Amino acid sequence: MLDASEGYTTADGRKIGGPVMEMKNITLRFGGVKAITDISFDIREGEIRAIIGPNGAGKSSMLNVISGFYVPQEGEVWFRGAKRAPMKPYEVARQGIARTFQNIALFEGMSVLDNVMTGRLTHMTSGIFAQAIWKGKAEAEETANREIAEKVIDFLEIQHIRKTPVARLPYGLKKRVELARALAAEPKLLLLDEPMAGMNVEEKEDMSRFILDVNDEFGTTIALIEHDMGVVMDLSDRVVVMDYGKKIGDGTPDEVRTNQDVIDAYLGVAHD
Amino acid sequence: MAQTSSGAGGLSSIPALLQRNVKEFGSSAAYREKEFGIWQTWTWAETEKEIEALALGLINLGVNEGDFIAIIGRNRPYLYWSMVAAQMVGAVPVPLYQDAVAEEMAYVLGHCGARFVIVQDQEQVDKVIEVQDQLRQFEHLIYIDPRGLRKYDHSHLHQFSHVQDQGRAAHDELITELKARRSKLDYDSTCVMLYTSGTTGKPKGVVLSNRNVIETARSSSEFDGLRQNDEILAYLPMAWVGDFIFSIGQAYWCGFCVNCPESAETMMTDLREIGPTYYFAPPRVFETQLTNVMIRMEDAGKLKKRMFDHYMAHARRVGPDILDGKPVGFMDRLAYRVGDLLVYGPLKNTLGFSRVRVGYTAGEAIGPEIFDFYRSLGINLKQLYGQTEATVFITAQPDGQVRSDTVGVPSPGVELRIAENGEVFYRSPGVFVEYYKNPESTADTKDPEGWVATGDAGFIEEGTGHLRIIDRAKDVGKMADGSLFAPKYVENKLKFYPNILEAVVFGNDRDQCTAFINIDLSAVGNWAERNNIAYASYQELAGHPQVMDTIQAHVEEVNRSVAEDPMLSGCQVHRFVVLHKELDADDGELTRTRKVRRRIIEEKYADIIAALYDGSSRVSTETEVTYEDGRKGSIKATLEIRDAKVLPVVPQKVAAE
Repeated sequence: MLDASEGYTTADGRKIGGPVMEMKNITLRFGGVKAITDISFDIREGEIRAIIGPNGAGKSSMLNVISGFYVPQEGEVWFRGAKRAPMKPYEVARQGIARTFQNIALFEGMSVLDNVMTGRLTHMTSGIFAQAIWKGKAEAEETANREIAEKVIDFLEIQHIRKTPVARLPYGLKKRVELARALAAEPKLLLLDEPMAGMNVEEKEDMSRFILDVNDEFGTTIALIEHDMGVVMDLSDRVVVMDYGKKIGDGTPDEVRTNQDVIDAYLGVAHD
Repeated sequence: MAQTSSGAGGLSSIPALLQRNVKEFGSSAAYREKEFGIWQTWTWAETEKEIEALALGLINLGVNEGDFIAIIGRNRPYLYWSMVAAQMVGAVPVPLYQDAVAEEMAYVLGHCGARFVIVQDQEQVDKVIEVQDQLRQFEHLIYIDPRGLRKYDHSHLHQFSHVQDQGRAAHDELITELKARRSKLDYDSTCVMLYTSGTTGKPKGVVLSNRNVIETARSSSEFDGLRQNDEILAYLPMAWVGDFIFSIGQAYWCGFCVNCPESAETMMTDLREIGPTYYFAPPRVFETQLTNVMIRMEDAGKLKKRMFDHYMAHARRVGPDILDGKPVGFMDRLAYRVGDLLVYGPLKNTLGFSRVRVGYTAGEAIGPEIFDFYRSLGINLKQLYGQTEATVFITAQPDGQVRSDTVGVPSPGVELRIAENGEVFYRSPGVFVEYYKNPESTADTKDPEGWVATGDAGFIEEGTGHLRIIDRAKDVGKMADGSLFAPKYVENKLKFYPNILEAVVFGNDRDQCTAFINIDLSAVGNWAERNNIAYASYQELAGHPQVMDTIQAHVEEVNRSVAEDPMLSGCQVHRFVVLHKELDADDGELTRTRKVRRRIIEEKYADIIAALYDGSSRVSTETEVTYEDGRKGSIKATLEIRDAKVLPVVPQKVAAE
């Protein structure tokens, strides 16, 4: 394990800073079922952190703890140097955490642009009346937010579907729109729940490039859950491996790949 | 030819025209580009500042006079500025096709010995880096979009805006040098070098002087009455001579605004938003648009569909005459007005053609029905005939004399001559200087008196003086029985069907003609969807029996039409096959401008051609394909060969030529 207070430099020369989020001895129970048992790890400024594990390992539960949707019975969540109290989802969003969902959760009837603009919602402060008549502060605010939304649209190369209703888009593009909405919030921490699920090779390659570019261009800290091992090993700087709600490995992709527990649990036991 | 060393009023170079434009209409728009969802505008005055900063930056990087600067990317103001900045510092801009694979780029970059390359984004940077070891003279690479390039080694890699910043910073030291270089430009200095796509052999670098470009821009602008307040949409490849003439030559001569789309995918939306007044597109674009309109009308409600059919029939009858200013009855005019209100106007608006005053199509023959469709809507679509070596214009159709089967009268300043064998020759102020580093080809193409061979066979129609093109001169052959073989003539007839994207006809020295056919995936795919025909791949759809039936019906109709022409009735297609893959430029089967490369196709598909002539009803084949990233793979298929009905040919003597 790395020293908790200082950063490190990745193989490709990116500087990673101190911890943005720290999970300390988290235990999560649903009634009598222990979904997560005593897990600790951190996510550092500017890194791409992956959480992997077989089905039912507790990955999504972990992500929901990070996003504040679930409150663990034991343990502490520290975000940007402060212990986090239980809070509502919109409060989490305001703190600078944005996420995408495993089963796309967009507003199907709205255009791509409107969907991306909803990502800016937490940044708008003008009142409902001012927004309705669209005068004064509301107008200036909309322009400023639209500009940010447009930059994200340009970045993710979805200009051609800007005005298209989301319902008419193919799956791969919807995933990209969802990423756009999360990015529009200018998050300090971006959570991606299986960003490549159900995609073909080409779409996966595109998505991987976008994730790397987001991290490179905006310095966004990213935590992701993914099943595709190739993608995880290529993309992430550090990997947490879970099995049956426990942490069984933590480290760089190479370290994880050679960790015997991980090989046994996740990648299968080698036959002699 | 009268040779002067400077143009009208000392305007003997593009940078000189830029200065004039700044003086005369400095505050009107010169460039627009849609970025972040908004049209960003640069006036002529702002444009000059941007170009000057870049030019200074280029001198700062060590560009010498006579250097070649390659430019690769989609149509963006920055890249147009790069071309003018290159001219300003005495270098020669060489635009390249952006979709070319790295190997093709290596040839061109090596041939011209480009020291500097200016590209759009990471994709192009990667291609140049991939081949840079083969390029001895290559030194610096400049990119516009920094995305994804942060971690690259920047010792020879520069960001466009940084080069400009350095240029601005070094303004005081370098401005005298820049002015000296700019004032040295005259009518004989090289304006641009464009590589021809070449249906045979390696691409050739066509050197065009300022005289070629400016004279052509001047005469063609006068011919069509182009004005300072015209608008064009720049979306055709920058490496193509047409784009250079429209977006730089004519734009700088007239001072009109060049609009660049946001991306290739948004082109149609951007076209609609801009509503250009002067528009150019190859026939393929018009075909695609018409196909889309027809597909959408099929899906429209009954009332709309009937209204569309009714008024389109009326437009077909009287529309072209109204456009040509011919007498048309009062009631017909009235009905046309109503139609304009209900159908034509909204349709033109949807297509982005509401404001088009002059529209051109060229490069290939356009189907008469497609051509008439647009003209009947009241869009002044015309044809022109040209080539890179002529700086585009050889012939063009004047307003009021537009027909689908001719390519018009000689453009101002162009002389035409038809040789003994039917090949068309021309001479004009636009005739190119030379092929770069290729005196043999130059001598083959251009004789000492300045006549240039077009490589096309054609004749001048008696009475009207219009030129008609039959086919490529080298493709025109004889069949085994001595009758005339003109493959393009038949292929064009086939391609006029929306279902057929591409056709290749064989028959030179043979006793009968056969054809390869490519289906149009969007048209046939839509048909399949409407008829509940399931298919998993292009290959499966292409081989579907019902698709084969449809194509067979098209081929037989074409045969009937070909049989009507006594000179070419021998060219009826006896047997055909629908290919399992689309002919593609990446596989070398088409040129980058999508012209068929016959020799290569003949070699590559020799097994299928053999089967077409040996009477077999099926053929199994394996074809190598190249993916966009340069990887190779192969596809296997068993293709059905069909016989098409042909009409008996009355033996004809070949017309004495």
